[in-house]
Amino acid sequence: MKFLPPEAFAKRQEGYRLLPMRFRRLPWDTERVLVSSISGDWLIMPRTMLDALVDGAMDPGSVLATDLEARHLITRGPLSTPLAPLLSQVRTRKRFLQAGPALHLFVVSLRCHHTCNYCQVSRQDTAKTAFDMSGDVAELAVERLFEWPGHHLTIEFQGGEPLLHFGRVRDLTERILARNEEQKRGLKFVLTSTLHDLTDEQLDFFAEHKFQLSTSLDGPEWLHDANRPRPGRDSYRRTIEGIGRARCALGEDAISALTTLTQRSLSAPQEIVDEYRKQGLHSIFLRPLSPYGFARRTAARNSYPLASFQTFYRKALDHILAINRSGYAMKEVYGGLILSQLLTPFSHGYVDLRSPTGGCLGAVVYDYDGQVYPSDEARMLAAMGDTTFAIGRVEQPVAEWLDSPAMQRLLDSGVAESLPGCSDCAFVPLCGADPVDHYARQGDLVGHRPSSDFCAKQIGFFDLMLQRLELADPEERKILEDWALPEASTKAHVEVA
Amino acid sequence: MSLALASRAVLTNWPSHSGQYKVTGLLDFSSGNAAIERSVLDLRGLPECDLEALTSLPWMGFLANHQTRVPPGRAWMLLQGPPDMARSGDVLEVQPVASRVAIRYRRGGNGNVLFATERCDNYCLMCSQPPRQVADGWRLSKLRELVELIDADEVSLAISGGEPTLLEQGLADLVRHCAVHLPRTQLHVLSNGRAFSDPAYANSFAGIHPRLSWGIPLYGDNFALHDYVVQRVGAFAETLRGLYALERAGQRVEIRVVLVKPTVERLAALARFIYHNLPFVDHVALMGIEPIGFAKANREALWIDPVDMAAALLDSVRYLNRHLIPVSLYNLPLCTIPRELWPFTKRSISDWKQDYLPECASCVVKEQCGGFFSWVTDEWRSRSVKSISEVCR
Repeated sequence: MKFLPPEAFAKRQEGYRLLPMRFRRLPWDTERVLVSSISGDWLIMPRTMLDALVDGAMDPGSVLATDLEARHLITRGPLSTPLAPLLSQVRTRKRFLQAGPALHLFVVSLRCHHTCNYCQVSRQDTAKTAFDMSGDVAELAVERLFEWPGHHLTIEFQGGEPLLHFGRVRDLTERILARNEEQKRGLKFVLTSTLHDLTDEQLDFFAEHKFQLSTSLDGPEWLHDANRPRPGRDSYRRTIEGIGRARCALGEDAISALTTLTQRSLSAPQEIVDEYRKQGLHSIFLRPLSPYGFARRTAARNSYPLASFQTFYRKALDHILAINRSGYAMKEVYGGLILSQLLTPFSHGYVDLRSPTGGCLGAVVYDYDGQVYPSDEARMLAAMGDTTFAIGRVEQPVAEWLDSPAMQRLLDSGVAESLPGCSDCAFVPLCGADPVDHYARQGDLVGHRPSSDFCAKQIGFFDLMLQRLELADPEERKILEDWALPEASTKAHVEVA
Repeated sequence: MSLALASRAVLTNWPSHSGQYKVTGLLDFSSGNAAIERSVLDLRGLPECDLEALTSLPWMGFLANHQTRVPPGRAWMLLQGPPDMARSGDVLEVQPVASRVAIRYRRGGNGNVLFATERCDNYCLMCSQPPRQVADGWRLSKLRELVELIDADEVSLAISGGEPTLLEQGLADLVRHCAVHLPRTQLHVLSNGRAFSDPAYANSFAGIHPRLSWGIPLYGDNFALHDYVVQRVGAFAETLRGLYALERAGQRVEIRVVLVKPTVERLAALARFIYHNLPFVDHVALMGIEPIGFAKANREALWIDPVDMAAALLDSVRYLNRHLIPVSLYNLPLCTIPRELWPFTKRSISDWKQDYLPECASCVVKEQCGGFFSWVTDEWRSRSVKSISEVCR
């Protein structure tokens, strides 16, 4: 017969070569390792087999070797296993680099009703209009916005409390829309607000321009009000009322909420999650406190070790999964992001978990006074007197910001794959670099990974999500996948290389 | 039911060269787009009336049952096959030397193909159309002619072979010719994709037809498996490079997987590979094997009863569907697969080669089911073929 058997094509005698790979012993099963490629494709295998693999002793025709080959961890030579798929995976994973920053944050005022201990910004009294963004700054900021190349721009208004300077929100929106008549970019508007004292006029405006509203809900009334003191001590009541009014005006899907977790919060994982369910919210973002703003000065009262957050998160996650099993869909946003990194080949929109860093490559902050920063954290450092990351002012063209010493510093330590401690971490293709965070916590942009809370938090999340995926029954696996995978309607926006 | 594709014919006054002609009935006459000189008028079954005004036009010839209605001295043919073999709108190739007539285009058919070449640079174990190393470059000019005779509102057309890219720039010329005459027709080229490992060749298809797409086979997530199935060393690497070149050239790509046994054994891994490496593909078709050609010689290596694929099919279809890669099942009778997969099935077998078995007569889902290839034999029949008597879901 003129047909040849499988062995004629398998080239077993030619062996294999290793492609760049990293590994990590599984904390819950030290006999096995996670092995990842430079693009973040991965598999879990026995530790002994990894030794055999590295020794060149593995049968290249075995099922495991074939899996390793298909995930670009070994190669059988360019005529058999070309690098084209691996390169395509890298391009896909890093696709966010091609369009320039998509997220543009406008700080329209520092004024706020609240006097939260942990406040991430140097908030100002509600009467101090000197801390509002002026018309001149707004005009220049809009000029700069359109100097960026992205076809899709998200404009997020924040504060302080941006509704205290609603006139500027309206003004900026209208200026941006006017400029966009000829620019024809895809625009999305977001407002981050307590939603207190929303007027009908404001709601009409947000509805007209299809705003997404993002608010803070820290948990049940006792917790929210304790975390967020304001005159009248009725922050919770006003937030709930605001969420309700906004939903009526803009629709259910236009409102999302996130929590800030204080030391007080850590005792109430179930209660916090139950509050989100009670309010009919289908996503919750459990955010630990960051070391910025006023938080450091009041560290003794507010801060907590990372391990306490992780214990809290596991309890909350169990409860969220139980709620999902009962038939009510609720997604934990950060866990979902980690899962999407593990389960999909795509890049994502979350600027804090990117390499190269999302600072100025993914997001830009235009402060009320015309200063520009790579991130909100950099702005808070500046508010405390440290302008290491002040990349420029709205009077300067974007090209000058990119040429600034601050930007240079950011980029020098903004590529995780090149950082000590990251460069040989199995999770690095899925993780991010955050020089601002390391500078703030450790006084050094590169940072020291073994003592880095940022690192411990990321690795903890990857380990936890991997373990949950592995141990999940089919029902739980489906819930976790739902968090990671895009909805059918959003697929059109997923860009691939 | 299948219709004959060729028959003998008695040709009278017919010129000695072969040629392709549009069959035109009375109803089409006013709306037809083919030139009268390239058409044959179908006189069969026309009412008794004076047709002289019509028959005196310069038709290439006539289809008739009797000479009585044909103007004296004009070319006409008597088909010896079933009368419905040639119908209005079809394109016939008349081969006078062999006294033979073949259908080259079937109006309303779901399996019209521009057959580009018999040559191929793969040698697939299950090839239904075994390649021949023949010099058949003459096909191209015939296909160009055929394209001009196909209905301009034809919904879809395949270009197949053999390996169409062996025509090199000839294929691009043919596609451009379709863009002129059939710009609204969905044009699906079945190619092994290897030629596109030269990106310049892929680029030569950029923007040349508004509804062009490619069906490219991938039989495994690793070279040893794919190269074995297509019997060519290095084919996997070239096809993969070709897929990326097509994507960069802005082409729409479908992945076609024939469900031969060794491929089914790694089907879930292949689904994962497609999502992680080729997420840009438009569609994945998982296709039951066609029991003809080389497949018959390699049955032992290839055949797996669809019933025994159930777990692999469920895993792969669920995975692709969940990851938003559109997926379909071709050539798998409904009674052989889990009901969960029924919504993914397509009636994929071209009508001229599709049949049902005796069991199907009383089956309540026969109308939804694609049935069988006409040449299915007992040894290619799933043991689970049966009449389905109720659909309670």
